[in-house]
Amino acid sequence: MSEFLYLYRNGEKLSPEQMQQQMGKWMTWLKDLETKGVLKSAGQPLERSGKLVSGASRAVTDGLFAEAKDVIGGYSIVEAKDIHHAVELTAGCPIFGVGGGVEVRPIAKM
Amino acid sequence: MNALEPHFFRHEWARLVAVLVRVFGAGNLALAEDVAQDALFRAMQVWPIEGTPESPSAWLTAVAKRRAIDELRKARTQELAAPELARMLDSEWTRAGVVEELFAPKPLRDDELRMMFWLAQPRLPEASQVALVLQLCSGFGEDEIAAAFLTTPAAIAKRLQRAKAVVTTSGAPRELADSDLGARLDVVHRALYLLFNEGYHGASEAVMRTDLCREALRLVMLLVDHPATSTPTTVALAALLHLHAARLPSRLDANGELLPLFEQRRELWDRELVARGLELLDRSSEGDDASAFHLEAAIAACHATAPSFEATPWKHIVRLYDALLVFTPTPVVALSRAIAVAQFEGPERGLEEVAALDCEELRGYVFYHAALADLSARAHETTAARAHYDRAISLARNASERTFLERRAHELEIDH
Repeated sequence: MSEFLYLYRNGEKLSPEQMQQQMGKWMTWLKDLETKGVLKSAGQPLERSGKLVSGASRAVTDGLFAEAKDVIGGYSIVEAKDIHHAVELTAGCPIFGVGGGVEVRPIAKM
Repeated sequence: MNALEPHFFRHEWARLVAVLVRVFGAGNLALAEDVAQDALFRAMQVWPIEGTPESPSAWLTAVAKRRAIDELRKARTQELAAPELARMLDSEWTRAGVVEELFAPKPLRDDELRMMFWLAQPRLPEASQVALVLQLCSGFGEDEIAAAFLTTPAAIAKRLQRAKAVVTTSGAPRELADSDLGARLDVVHRALYLLFNEGYHGASEAVMRTDLCREALRLVMLLVDHPATSTPTTVALAALLHLHAARLPSRLDANGELLPLFEQRRELWDRELVARGLELLDRSSEGDDASAFHLEAAIAACHATAPSFEATPWKHIVRLYDALLVFTPTPVVALSRAIAVAQFEGPERGLEEVAALDCEELRGYVFYHAALADLSARAHETTAARAHYDRAISLARNASERTFLERRAHELEIDH
């Protein structure tokens, strides 16, 4: 078994009603991963704002709002046989229903 | 996991916006909306991982409060605080305490109520008032409001933007004196009546329709429960909406198509809503105020308590319509009266009554032709009935009205 990082990339802006529905679906989905015994860590949500430091001059810019599309809103860690299995396990992730996506990254073994 | 009330997020959003507008001032409505949105977004992210908190509402309030204080601290100028609170909110010593006080339950309920009156800006078109109420008092998203009005989200966004430019530059909710509340009460009543009607007669999906009606009920009860706004007319409006809402479950058949009153299964009516409506109707007659809502509620009560279509007290209903015509002398009310007359004096008498109403406004009204078609059919004037159904179908405003009329027209062909 290997470990994989799921990076949740936000979809479109949601209405309060949609957020309530999304929340219920996230609960179901995470519970499902847990039942399958593949959820290593449900992870933590990320703050909506941050700073981006880049270049030799270490220029500091504001990060994007965490609600903006494609911005990483949180992460989880799962255990899977291989990358295909890890990708397969994303099925049912509620983020797909609202135009978002999951970036699946194998965690490198030392 | 604690189960949340249905639409909990919507109502929390509206609640938070109301108090945040108080904190940041009317000019910063967009920031207030953003902070409320952020609190819910945080809940959506955290609760699936950590579980729903013991008191979800208190959790959201805490997050919104913290963010509000952050925003105030970040701001370099005093522009970010409501002008009358700027001095207190600008000081590190008093800021947290003032914000704490603003979020206390009682002023908060007051803020929600004031929000409604603030949005019922008489200068705005009624459709804009209703859209604003749906967004800011009920927490509907732009897409949901668009679905309710059968229009595009872009059109709704534009309508809301224009309307907000008007309300945010015309004083703050808190600046409305109690006398302003009284003066605007009519406008608020009208907006809630329209909101309910959009749900009752609108063409949106059945689920959306129930949501709209339920929201109108919730908001009218905010008015009933507040001493400053609980006038007999408010109570009569609440009675009317309850009595109509009670009949919602029977209005559609299994295929989601509209049913005429005489085909509706009365056992589906919500008895609890009927009881509450009758109680409110009783209460509304304390004092000398009478209004169109009193009479409409009394008519609705006749229908809601009649054991069957045939056993409906039509004579009494006609008298109530006579009284209603004094308040609302419109052809549409007169048409309803004529239809009630036909129920006990026969379709021929109904046709006479309707013919006497003939006017330009009614000729473009789908239910005028539907009524003529129905009465003609019952008077065995099949040719006339057919012509009126054709005219009604051509005037139908949406698919469900059209299907309803086509089915009625089809039944005419089977019967003859």
